[in-house]
Amino acid sequence: MTSMTFARAINAGLRKSLDHDPKVVLLGEDIGTLGGVFRVTDGLQKDFGKHRVVDTPLAESAIVGAAVGLAYRGYRPVVEIQFDGFIYPAFDQIVSQVAKLHYRTRGAVKMPITIRVPFGGGIGSPEHHSESPEAYFTHTSGLRVVTVANPQDAYTVIQQAIASDDPVLYFEPKRRYHDKGEVDEAAGLDSADPMGQARVLTDGTDVTLVAYGPLVKTALDAASAAADEGISIQVIDLRSLAPVDYDTVVASVRKTGRLVITHEAGQSGGLGAEVAASITERCFYHLEAAPVRVTGFDIPYPYSKLEMHHLPGLDRILDGVDRALGRPNSLSGLEG
Amino acid sequence: MSTDETGQGGAQAHEGAGEFQEPGSSGVPVQKLVQLITPSGERVSHPEFDLWVQDITDEHLCSLFEDMTVIRRIDVEATALQRQGELALWPPLLGQEAAQIGSGRSLRSDDFVFSSYRENGVAYCRGVDLTDLLRVWRGNASGGWDPYAINMATPQIIIGAQTLHATGYAMGIQNDGADSVAVTYFGDGATSEGDVNEALVFAASFQSPVVFFCTNNHWAISEPVRLQSHIQLADRAAGFGIPSLRVDGNDVLAVMAATRVALDRARRGGGPTFIEAVSYRMGPHTTADDPTRYRDANELEDWAAKDPISRVAALLERKGLLTGELQDHVRNKADAVAREMRKGCTTMPDPQPMDVFKHVYSAPNSWLDRQQDHYARYLASFGDPAGAVPGEGAR
Repeated sequence: MTSMTFARAINAGLRKSLDHDPKVVLLGEDIGTLGGVFRVTDGLQKDFGKHRVVDTPLAESAIVGAAVGLAYRGYRPVVEIQFDGFIYPAFDQIVSQVAKLHYRTRGAVKMPITIRVPFGGGIGSPEHHSESPEAYFTHTSGLRVVTVANPQDAYTVIQQAIASDDPVLYFEPKRRYHDKGEVDEAAGLDSADPMGQARVLTDGTDVTLVAYGPLVKTALDAASAAADEGISIQVIDLRSLAPVDYDTVVASVRKTGRLVITHEAGQSGGLGAEVAASITERCFYHLEAAPVRVTGFDIPYPYSKLEMHHLPGLDRILDGVDRALGRPNSLSGLEG
Repeated sequence: MSTDETGQGGAQAHEGAGEFQEPGSSGVPVQKLVQLITPSGERVSHPEFDLWVQDITDEHLCSLFEDMTVIRRIDVEATALQRQGELALWPPLLGQEAAQIGSGRSLRSDDFVFSSYRENGVAYCRGVDLTDLLRVWRGNASGGWDPYAINMATPQIIIGAQTLHATGYAMGIQNDGADSVAVTYFGDGATSEGDVNEALVFAASFQSPVVFFCTNNHWAISEPVRLQSHIQLADRAAGFGIPSLRVDGNDVLAVMAATRVALDRARRGGGPTFIEAVSYRMGPHTTADDPTRYRDANELEDWAAKDPISRVAALLERKGLLTGELQDHVRNKADAVAREMRKGCTTMPDPQPMDVFKHVYSAPNSWLDRQQDHYARYLASFGDPAGAVPGEGAR
């Protein structure tokens, strides 16, 4: 076990994949000499060369489109989109090409492309640097979408994503990049949890609290605070957003009867809506209360002075837990 | 991948060079750099471009010197404000003063500017309120000013996106039969973006009155311009059927002449022009960047010798105009502007929590109205009517 930061863990995972498979190539803006604006690719160009860790011109559509061509040619491209809000010029290539080529060619052409996206807010950045665009991609058939919430997963899941023959959007919670954790670099992928599997983090009996990415830590803090008030919360790290591992969530909700889901992205049409609907379908007679969503607002990501209002924090999550439990809360007495 | 060890195929000759060598053997036409003031401050005559600045009097020249000094001071002060925690971030323009003032002072008030985040000197020329200049960087707003108040869009952060907006605006000018011009500013890195190339296609196709002002400051964060282009950026324009000019971007007169040529063409119905202003980003990409990780200190030194303000000062000196009186005046002006900006920054009222719901739509929206109502109730549940940010664990 080695203690390392989140960013360093992704770096170690990328390094292992580059070592393991000569067909792995990295493409992105500033990923080479600089090592990425978050230093996630630090040192990789130096060690693997400019033909495998490629500083590209500033053209996101070209980065992803070129990855499609490389994949056609048998490569396994790993693309870095510098910030969440910079992915949209590449949206067409991702949605119309990356996601659909396997289907279009009846499986003849594989698209083992990993698209790394630092996402989420909380770092005091200007516009376009703090977004949570995951639902655009979970809504797109043909893509797998994963998030990571701790250095060990960051290390393992990046390797699983690269090894996947399907395209994977790999969302990195940028405000957690400097958080440290223990990482077992010796553990192989065979013994790791599958990429698509959710994980129960705390054993609880009163409420199921579903989170992913940057809010997993917040959810754990909330569960710990709730425990002081005698409330037992089962925290689930969703990990995979497409597909969602509903079996794990269903098993928990059948036990607790109450569901709260939290994410930074806006509420409408988000992952919370999807999870709430699916759990309602599958657990209707086990539910003691309507599922509760604690999310960002349906607004463009706000300027940094107010971002902590937009981002669900510990107290807003606990308020949601109170709603699920029918305890006094901010909406008490409000109908519908 | 089929690239050589430099990562750019055949570019070894340019490794470490601040700009392109003459391509020569490639057969690509190479434009000469237009220069009217040498780095040592000598006014050199130019058969074509002198005409375009012949109205620039000594008094004008002193005022350009003042403008450049003031915006450098604004930039340095803003960088200091960031270091002192008053701004979240700042994108310095250090070294690009001539490119911004020379072009910005050539525009008419009814022209419209679509810029990137680095053209704070152009915003100064447009008459931006100094406090407005800082709102975004302090984290108090998504945009600092009303674009129609100074005929300049708020700075674009998505690389190159604004070039299309300028092109569309120019199509509107055409439809209206007006003779104003849309001017878009972007960097060398942006020329790789699809948006910029599509803007050039549209502007050429419709012969719109738009000026593409590309400040080649040689660096897109850590990536040198030679990664973006194998030919001089100005020479790309020919492929789109757009006339172009390549000027010394650290020469305020040359920039002014080139901008006037382009504006005049656009006003007369001659369509778009592409200007490459060759300059250098003397500072980091933003205050969050550390350029020592990726570029050579010698390069910085070379460009320091081509400083845009020193060369105008040297020219003024040659002309006997750099008097103690002028220097005092300029220094006092810069000090006053910096003081005013600092005060505007530190006394800027914080936005209120419920402001996040404002201006998402122009008409009521039931989804958002409900969330706004719920959040107001949530904040009220803490018993604080002012709605201060509840800290974690406030309950």
